[in-house]
Amino acid sequence: MSNTQTIKTNLDVPTSSRSGSLQDEDIALTVRDFNLFYGDKQALKSVEMDIPRHRVTAFIGPSGCGKSTLLRCFNRMNDLIDTVNIQGNIELDGQNIYDKSVNVVDLRRRIGMVFQRPNPFPKSIYENVAYGLRLQGINDRRTLDEAVEKSLRGAALWDEVKDRLHDNALGLSGGQQQRLVIARAIAVEPEILLLDEPASALDPISTLKLEELIYELKKKYTIVIVTHNMQQAARVSDYTAFMYLGEMIEFSDTNSIFTNPKQKKTEDYITGRYG
Amino acid sequence: MKMRQWFNTGTPWIWLNAAAVATSLILVFGLLGLIAVRGLGFFWPSDVMQAEYTNQQGDVIRIIGEIHDEEEISATRVRDSGFSVPDDDSVYTRYLFKVGNRDQYGIDFRQVLAKDLDAITYPETVMVIERREWGNFYGFLRSVSESGQVVAEGEAARAELNTRLERALDLHEQIRDIEKGDIGQINYELERLRLRERALELEGSTNPARLADIAEERDYWNDKYQALQSQLSELYSKIDRDSLSAEIQDGRMVEIPLAKVVHVTYPNDMNLLQKIGTYFMKLWEFVSDEPREANTEGGIFPAIFGTVMMVIIMSIIVTPFGVIAAVYLHEYAKQGTLVRIIRIAVNNLAGVPSIVYGVFGLGFFVYFLGGNIDSLFFPEAKPSPTFGTPGLLWSSLTLALLTLPVVIVATEEGLSRVPRSLREGSLALGATKLETIWRIILPTTSPAMMTGLILAVARAAGEVAPLMLVGVVKLAPSLPLDGNAPFLHLERKFMHLGFHIYDVGFQSPNVEAARPLVYATSLLLVLVIIGLNLVAIQIRNRLREKYRALES
Repeated sequence: MSNTQTIKTNLDVPTSSRSGSLQDEDIALTVRDFNLFYGDKQALKSVEMDIPRHRVTAFIGPSGCGKSTLLRCFNRMNDLIDTVNIQGNIELDGQNIYDKSVNVVDLRRRIGMVFQRPNPFPKSIYENVAYGLRLQGINDRRTLDEAVEKSLRGAALWDEVKDRLHDNALGLSGGQQQRLVIARAIAVEPEILLLDEPASALDPISTLKLEELIYELKKKYTIVIVTHNMQQAARVSDYTAFMYLGEMIEFSDTNSIFTNPKQKKTEDYITGRYG
Repeated sequence: MKMRQWFNTGTPWIWLNAAAVATSLILVFGLLGLIAVRGLGFFWPSDVMQAEYTNQQGDVIRIIGEIHDEEEISATRVRDSGFSVPDDDSVYTRYLFKVGNRDQYGIDFRQVLAKDLDAITYPETVMVIERREWGNFYGFLRSVSESGQVVAEGEAARAELNTRLERALDLHEQIRDIEKGDIGQINYELERLRLRERALELEGSTNPARLADIAEERDYWNDKYQALQSQLSELYSKIDRDSLSAEIQDGRMVEIPLAKVVHVTYPNDMNLLQKIGTYFMKLWEFVSDEPREANTEGGIFPAIFGTVMMVIIMSIIVTPFGVIAAVYLHEYAKQGTLVRIIRIAVNNLAGVPSIVYGVFGLGFFVYFLGGNIDSLFFPEAKPSPTFGTPGLLWSSLTLALLTLPVVIVATEEGLSRVPRSLREGSLALGATKLETIWRIILPTTSPAMMTGLILAVARAAGEVAPLMLVGVVKLAPSLPLDGNAPFLHLERKFMHLGFHIYDVGFQSPNVEAARPLVYATSLLLVLVIIGLNLVAIQIRNRLREKYRALES
């Protein structure tokens, strides 16, 4: 019971952008009747949801419920796995991202992703951030310098690394690495940022910094975050989706999910009966 | 029961491990120590002995020379080798005595029994001459002459010899520069002109302007040759001016032209410091000079150069080839039965005896590829082959083939160690698969590639058998790298340390004299391989340092 107590105190903090109902929102991503199979095993079952623009949407649910799988569908990272089959639509601005005409490389530029474990490239801090831009053929020193600074400031890392931009990124701490990876992702100016349990490998202080960062980032980006940690979902998200065994059980604004869940399964999960 | 307890403590196992490690270490250092001692001792200027020797007929003669080797043998063996000794079980010391002066006695070495030597002295005036022909000379300097006229005798001869020898060596250097450098270049240019003319002839072109060009250029080079030729004959007459006379062991006087002398030393008259100086000078000569006298004298520089060159060219060929193959197998190929079969085949290639690669190289590279290249690009040189004959390029290619499996396997292992998160990170930023491989995966795999290359170099540098078929020769007239365009001559034959060892050890007319050279050359081969490996290891460690954090 103490669990729900903490959540409530967290929710008491007034957040200006914490908005009302989903109908009023501008929708960035639409998921329609989406199914995914790993071979014979169905991992996502008729998922339907709308992800609002410039909001933080959190996916919660027990391990293996398909929340990471769904997240990875948004930028087609599941394409790398041979056994995956999908049915249904995910639409970005009215365009099905699984359409044959869609260029996956362009799609991934528009929808950036940050992974569970920090994965900086074995290059300098500067080159890590400039990587995506260099891929686009931008090699002009001045443009890169500006973009690197802007992205690092955007990821709240600039002050910590500005004197050692050309040191190896692998020398940073875990939390710094994760923020570097976010800087790297926002350097290519995506529309949507997917965060796959970004804080699970971090210590509490780094986690706090990361959450503050997410709060800042949603002014410019649509953010979808997968998390194991319900307090975190409650703290950072505007909307929360609860998934269970590949199904979308409930999707609503965070406030109602945590205070007034409509489904029994949701209530059981957030009150800690299973998970 | 006690025994069992002792076993259970694990102590015997630790001792066993220690014994195995110790044995390996002893073997390695024993091997290196043996070849180092045997090889490096050769360059030490040892004392020259003069003694009265009672031969089989009972005559007493004087012999002068160095003790090259000594062994204890039984009376029976002494009798078997033709000496008459009392019929008992005593043990005799037998020396292998280097008397030198092959031009005078026909042999460099004599077997003598220690007991037959008498009145042993080490006279300070005894002189050792290293000559360009006929090996070492041992004797006493008596006089120095200029154009047949004696200019210095007795005590004064030594100083006079030194100044005149310096002049002769200087002249010899000049002659060599002209012969090897300038005349070598003229020959090269003349050959090119001949080929150009022949090419025109084959085309059926009778363009008089071009033929005139060629003739003009040929005249230019011929004139230059004439000039050099007269310069040379002048130098030759200068160098032939001086000579020395020396007394050898049987009292005869021998005249040696200074043109034939490389060094004069008086080992019995040297202090330790001088000996050390001489030692290092001889060692340096061995490393930096060209071989003389069927490889049994002089240095082995061309062989060192050829070995290193061949290994470098092989590395340049094998690394990209192996890496590309590994990237295909690991990143692109659909993992299935076919890829598994290919992998097994690649691994088995590493086990094919190297001589088989040599035969393949000869049949495919030299005869087929080389032959076709010749008919396509060098028809004017026919019937003499350009690429259709064993050479540096084919040797490097054959060894690249031999070491390819090692590089592929090592690179593939490296590729499989790249964390998946790194690939995903790159792809998620909008990189294509190719960009991800090129910018992230290959740099991260580079230490593994270097490991493959280190193994490849270690194997290739020591291979001799296939090279005998595809490009190594006993004596290469010129280095594969020189001042004549295009500077790197891949079609040339080359010398190799491994083959040099075989050649000096087994094909030389003077086995006793050559034996220390075999050890010295072996030591050098090991050092060259270690050197090449150290460079590669250094590079790998740098790369590892860069990517170390990834491995945790």
